[in-house]
Amino acid sequence: MTEQEILLDVRDLVLHFGVSKGVVRAVDGVNFQLRHDEAVVVLGESGCGKTSLAKAILRLLPRNVHTYDGEVYLKGKDVMLLSDEQYRREVRWRRMSMVPQAAMNSLNPVLKVGDQVAEPSIVHGAMRKEEAMARASTMFQHVGVPQDFLHRYAFELSGGMRQRVAIAMALVTWPDIVVLDEPTSALDVLTQANIFNVLKELKSELGLSFILITHDIATSSELANSVAVMYAGQIVERSDAHRFFDAPLHPYSQKLMASVPRLRGDQEPDFITGQPPSLLSPPAGCRFAARCVKRFDRCDEDPPVIEQNGRSVKCWLYA
Amino acid sequence: MSLQTNVKSQDEIVAQDEVMAMEGGNTSSNGVLLSVKDLRVWFELRRFGFGHAGYVRAVDGVSFDLRLGGTIAIVGESGCGKTSLMKTILGLNTPTEGTITFNGMLLSEQSGMALREYRSQIGFVQQDPYGALAPFMTIERILEEPLIINGVKSKEERQFRIRKVLEEVKMAPIEDFLPKYPHMLSGGQQQRIVISRAMLLDPKLIVADEPVSMLDASVRVEILKLLRGLQEAHNLAVIYITHDLSTVRYFSEHVFVMYAGQAVEKSLINDLIRNPLHPYTHALLAATSDPDADNATRFRDVPPGEPPSLVNPPPGCRFHPRCPHFMEGLCNVEQPPHFEPEPQHLVACWLYRG
Repeated sequence: MTEQEILLDVRDLVLHFGVSKGVVRAVDGVNFQLRHDEAVVVLGESGCGKTSLAKAILRLLPRNVHTYDGEVYLKGKDVMLLSDEQYRREVRWRRMSMVPQAAMNSLNPVLKVGDQVAEPSIVHGAMRKEEAMARASTMFQHVGVPQDFLHRYAFELSGGMRQRVAIAMALVTWPDIVVLDEPTSALDVLTQANIFNVLKELKSELGLSFILITHDIATSSELANSVAVMYAGQIVERSDAHRFFDAPLHPYSQKLMASVPRLRGDQEPDFITGQPPSLLSPPAGCRFAARCVKRFDRCDEDPPVIEQNGRSVKCWLYA
Repeated sequence: MSLQTNVKSQDEIVAQDEVMAMEGGNTSSNGVLLSVKDLRVWFELRRFGFGHAGYVRAVDGVSFDLRLGGTIAIVGESGCGKTSLMKTILGLNTPTEGTITFNGMLLSEQSGMALREYRSQIGFVQQDPYGALAPFMTIERILEEPLIINGVKSKEERQFRIRKVLEEVKMAPIEDFLPKYPHMLSGGQQQRIVISRAMLLDPKLIVADEPVSMLDASVRVEILKLLRGLQEAHNLAVIYITHDLSTVRYFSEHVFVMYAGQAVEKSLINDLIRNPLHPYTHALLAATSDPDADNATRFRDVPPGEPPSLVNPPPGCRFHPRCPHFMEGLCNVEQPPHFEPEPQHLVACWLYRG
C-alpha cells in the first residue's frame, strides 16, 4: 500500500470563520495524505471541524470565511493556486466530489432523480442529455438502484435508495476522490450495512478513493484503510486502520474507542468527561489536556506531531 | 445539608406513595406495571378525504408485560411500528384493538382528568433533544411548565423540584444552566434536560425513543448510564426504543424485536446475542459492526429487499419475501405463532415448530 502514489496531499490547511464574537478556528493546520485506491476516515465528535475540513478541501465555502490557507496537492498539483472559476471547472466534481451530510434529504424534490444524477455530466462533462442519462443509468447499476427509478421523484424512494442516488450523483463524473460526510448516520442498521457493501464494491471495481467523515467508529471500520482522528480543529492521530483499531495511540483516540458500545465482547464502555473546547479560543497547549487522564506538566505547551513507525500522534506522551 | 434531608424526605414520600399504589391497585400480586395485550393500531387510509382505502397496520398484534422497575427494549428498523406502539402507550393514539393496562387501570376506559393523570405518570425522552426543547424558553421555563400544567401551585415547590431533578441528571452548577436557552447547551446537556423534564413529575414509567442516536459516541454511554442510574434509584420501568442492538446490552435486560408491526422475537438480551433465533434477528446482528479493521475486507450479509408496506403486508410470515430459509407453502400461507425453543425465548418463525 505504501508504494502507491499519493493522490491527495493536504498540508497545513486552515479554515477560520469570522463571527461576531471573534474567529472560529474550525480547521486549524490539518495535514493528511490520501493514496490511490485508499479510504481515509476522519473521525471526530460533532463540532470538531470535520465537516469544515471537507468543505475546505472541496472549496465549498460560506461567506464568512476569515482565513483560508494551506496547500492541497491533487496528483502533485497545488489546487489552492487555482482561481475559483478554474477550480469549479477543473477540480470540483470532475476530480473530487462529495456526498453531503443527510444527502438523502438534499435531493431536489421537484426533479426526477435520473435528471438530477445526469446533471453533473452535463454541467461538468459537457455531455448531451441522452449521453448523460445513459451515464446516470450505468451509475444506478453500480450503486444498485433499479433502472426504472431513473424516472421517479425523491419522495418515491426509501431512505436507503435516496442515499444510493446521492452516491451515484457524486460518482457520475468519474472523479478520483469522493468525500462522504456521515453517509449512513440517519439510516437503519440493515440499510447502513447495504450502503457500505455498495461503497466497498465501488472501491474495488472502480478504484475510487474515499474520504469518509464520521463520528461513528464502529461503522467507519467498514471502509477504512487509514484513520485520522480530529479534535478541536486539529488532527491528533494518523494511523493505518489495523493498528488504529487494535491500539490507538492518542489518549483521545483511546477514550473514543473505549466509548463504543460493542455487540461482541464484554468490556464495559466508558465515556469522556467534559466538553470539547470552544473553537473561538482554543487553549494554548494541547487542546485535549483539560479532559485527558494522562495529563502532565508539558501539556501546557502545544505538542508536536510525533512520527512513530509510520503513524503520527500529536501528544507529549510519545516525545 | 438541609436541602439533602429535604430530598430524602421527598424520596420517602414517593416511596410511600408507590407502596400505597401497589397495595391499593391490583398490580401488587405480580408487580406488572404495564400490560399490553394483543395491541393493534391501524390507521385508516381515505381516498380524496373520504371513502375507505384500506388500513396502515402500524402495530399488529403486540403483547408484553413490564414490571415496576423493569426494562424492556424494543428493537426494529424505521417503519416497523415502534413509534406507533410508543405513542399508543403514551396515550396519543387510540388502539384499534387490544388493551393497555397500566397499574391495574384499563387505558381505553379513561378520559379527561384520568387520562391526564395517567400521562403524568409516564415520562417521555425524545429522540432529538434540540427539537424537543422549545428554542425560545429558558431551561428554567421549560422545566417549570409541566409543573404548572400539572397543578403545582407554589413557586417555591416548583423551584425545589426543578433543582432536585437537575441535580439528579448531574447538571452542575444548576444556577448557571437555569437562565440558558437550549441552543447554548451541547447535545449531551440538552438530552439531560429532556431526561430531567421526563423525571419531573415522578413518573413510574419512562419511554425513551432512541435517546442517544443523535448524540456523539463519547456521550452516548454517559447518557445511557445516567438513565440506568435513575431507573435503579427510582425503581422506574423503562421502555427503550432503538434500532441499535449494541446499546441495548448496556441498558436493558429484556428485548423484543419488531418487524413490520409484529414482535418476531422476545428474549433476554444476552440470549438474543448468544443465540438469535429469527432470521431477521440474525440479519440485524450480522449487520451491526464492532470496530475492527478487518471489516473493510469483507462484505456483510444483508437480506435482499426492504421492509414491506404496512398497507398490504405479505401473507403468512411478513419476513418471508426476504428470508433465506423461506419454506414454500408454509411461510407464505400461515402466520407463525410464537414458539418457545428455549425458556424465556419466544420466536415467531416456522423453523422452530419442533
